Amino acid sequence: MAEKAVLILGGTSDIARATALAFAKRDWTVRLAGRAPPELQREADDISARTGRTVTIHQFDVLATGSFAAFADALPGLPDVVISVVGLLGDQARAETDPDHASEIMRSNYEGPALILSLFAERFRARGAGAIVGISSVAGDRGRGSNYVYGSAKAGFTAFLSGLRNRLAASGVHVMTVKPGFVRTRMTEHMKLPPIITATPEEVGEAVLAGLSRHKDVIYVRPIWLLVMLIIRMIPEPVFKRLKL
Amino acid sequence: MTAISGWGRYPIIDTELIGPRTTEAIVRATEQGDQAVARGNGRAYGDAAVGVRQTITMTHLNRMRAFDHATGQVTVEAGVLLSDLIAAFLPRGFFPYVVPGTSFITVGGAIAADVHGKNHHGEGGFGRYVETLLLALPTGEVVRASRKDHPDLLQATIGGMGLTGSILEATIQLRRVETGWIRQRTMVANNLAAAIAALDGNESVTYSVAWIDCLAKGASLGRSLIFLGEHAASNQLDERQFANRFPLRKPPLSVPIDMPSFALNHWSVAAFNELYFRAGARKAGSSILVPAAPYFFPLDALGNWNRIYGRRGFVQHQCVLPAKNAEAALADMLGRIARRGGSSFLAVLKKLGEASGGLSFPMPGYTLALDFPIGRDLFSFLDELDVLVVKAGGRLYLAKDARQSRATFDAGYADLSGFRDVRRTIDPTGKIKSRLAARLGI
Ligand SMILES: Cc1cc2nc3c(=O)[nH]c(=O)nc-3n(C[C@H](O)[C@H](O)[C@H](O)COP(=O)(O)OP(=O)(O)OC[C@H]3O[C@@H](n4cnc5c(N)ncnc54)[C@H](O)[C@@H]3O)c2cc1C
Ligand SMILES: NC(=O)c1ccc[n+]([C@@H]2O[C@H](COP(=O)([O-])OP(=O)(O)OC[C@H]3O[C@@H](n4cnc5c(N)ncnc54)[C@H](OP(=O)(O)O)[C@@H]3O)[C@@H](O)[C@H]2O)c1
Repeated sequence: MAEKAVLILGGTSDIARATALAFAKRDWTVRLAGRAPPELQREADDISARTGRTVTIHQFDVLATGSFAAFADALPGLPDVVISVVGLLGDQARAETDPDHASEIMRSNYEGPALILSLFAERFRARGAGAIVGISSVAGDRGRGSNYVYGSAKAGFTAFLSGLRNRLAASGVHVMTVKPGFVRTRMTEHMKLPPIITATPEEVGEAVLAGLSRHKDVIYVRPIWLLVMLIIRMIPEPVFKRLKL
Repeated sequence: MTAISGWGRYPIIDTELIGPRTTEAIVRATEQGDQAVARGNGRAYGDAAVGVRQTITMTHLNRMRAFDHATGQVTVEAGVLLSDLIAAFLPRGFFPYVVPGTSFITVGGAIAADVHGKNHHGEGGFGRYVETLLLALPTGEVVRASRKDHPDLLQATIGGMGLTGSILEATIQLRRVETGWIRQRTMVANNLAAAIAALDGNESVTYSVAWIDCLAKGASLGRSLIFLGEHAASNQLDERQFANRFPLRKPPLSVPIDMPSFALNHWSVAAFNELYFRAGARKAGSSILVPAAPYFFPLDALGNWNRIYGRRGFVQHQCVLPAKNAEAALADMLGRIARRGGSSFLAVLKKLGEASGGLSFPMPGYTLALDFPIGRDLFSFLDELDVLVVKAGGRLYLAKDARQSRATFDAGYADLSGFRDVRRTIDPTGKIKSRLAARLGI
């Protein structure tokens, strides 16, 4: 049997790196896609030196929706698993007054990831097998004043994945939503994050693999986030709107 | 400004901590260095990895570049940890030629301190297995140094304590091993002379180290357990071991809070020593098989064990003494330590082989390493030990040092003219300066 292949979109991120290593260690072929080939090459070399597995790199821009079909056609084959790690935190304050920036955040977190995963979902459905993983965020569980442009885009992505899962439930295609909670990465390097609810990228990678093997629908990397978000969602809106969050 | 220290948590110093994410950013930081020095994983005990004004952290530079299975050579960025190398390559039958007592050090730190392992007497230091280096100079240049190209720069950078620039990448030779197990034999030495004789008598054994009971006095002064080791071959494993031919270790537990300083007083150390000595003596003679990680890195399973020494921190005193004067000087030092009743948690004696020059520590002879919690008369006591080291023609290991005097340093590292020439050429305006270099006038 040929080696299984995982395609990771957003291959330069810390979460992608850890996830790719987790797959490669279990003898998967890894395909890394992203918009910065030299950085992708550095990650690919690292993963293949560490694990001895095959790692290929592929040029991909999540904003260039018109090129998605050609991108998928140019891959060495249809992968078994596709994971979208792509995301853009952006600058909330700027997004409040700069519609172009707001649109970039919305498109990078929702439109682009949703469309590319939907394209693979369709091909997986035709084949009758495959798994789709979307890295969304707890920020999409409730809009907050400090990051609602990002949060609303993640909310859209989460809803899209949920609908896709529902539609494909009987088709043999597994769709999994990942809500990592806080993760110590380049994105959050300058933030002070509470250690007990902050995961490492390696934990995210292992959680993705575990979730796939158990056919999970939605996973929170640290289970405590389920509780945190339950409480946050229960706060009545008249109270919530006055909180500094 | 960020307050940082070495592994001994003394001294704690304010520095501008720079954490570049890419090679290009390190090159720029080195070129724009303002009394800066590179820092690996901070396992040097004292002030070697702290810049006078700036400290450039290399730990983001932790990608492997290439591995050649046929030659066993691996090219890695300088912030890759030895523990990563072992996790990646031991399962494929390769192990670093030289490993120190912890695996949580970077390849850059291993080169910069030319670290030695339990095999230095026969196989030399980490620097011997460096094929090429990519080095960022304060001039903004990036130079590839090997034994063919820029050999003087390679030579000065091995053991150069970060003072010749920032190591970006290195190609190193790994050792082929059939298994990840070590065949260990323990011998008991009832005094110092016996310990030295045991190390001398087992020169041909790959790994050897003596663990000295520092509290033993009189006729037992220097009583030791000698641990000898060889990489085990496949046919020396039993079935169960063979099924787990390359055992790897789980991530460490960590010591979460500072222990009170009295946790390591005289009595706790005496009890520890007594137990250890008996347990070792019982196993003596026959060979046992142990996985490589606990054999080489017994303390790594404990995580931040440096916190055991409490908030005040500790220092390590590690000297090397030329063979011909070693026994007398060691007896004098150990006698004083026993009389002081000082609680040296670890006392390790190793035999070292050929020197490699520059600031590199090893020289043919014996090296003794002792840990001391900071307190009482400690620094004046260590000055006394230094006098003995200098008189015997020895020197102190810079990667462990936080307090030696310039006189002790100058006596121990007498021939630095070549090293200083290289420094003058690559860093004419003095952009690189660690606290150690400032303290010792390097
Ligand atoms: C438990 C324990 C056991 C040890 N056992 C041994 C032993 O058996 N043998 C031995 O030799 N040592 C031993 N050491 C010391 C340790 O191996 C060295 O101090 C080593 O240099 C630490 O590497 P690091 O990555 O933590 O570097 P750091 O401690 O951060 O830095 C050490 C030196 O290397 C320089 N440096 C680091 N990275 C770079 C780079 N990329 N470019 C240029 N310069 C750089 C720094 O400027 C500094 O001078 C031990 C230390 C501990 C904590
Ligand atoms: N860190 C956290 O606490 C946290 C929490 C919850 C969810 N997440 C999510 O986890 C994912 C990874 O985040 P991270 O923390 O690892 O941050 P990151 O390093 O900023 O990762 C974002 C990734 O998306 C890529 N990307 C952005 N715009 C792109 C575009 N137009 N085309 C192609 N790729 C693009 C980036 O590539 P470039 O290198 O080219 O920029 C990068 O690989 C994101 O979806 C994020 O929203 C993170």
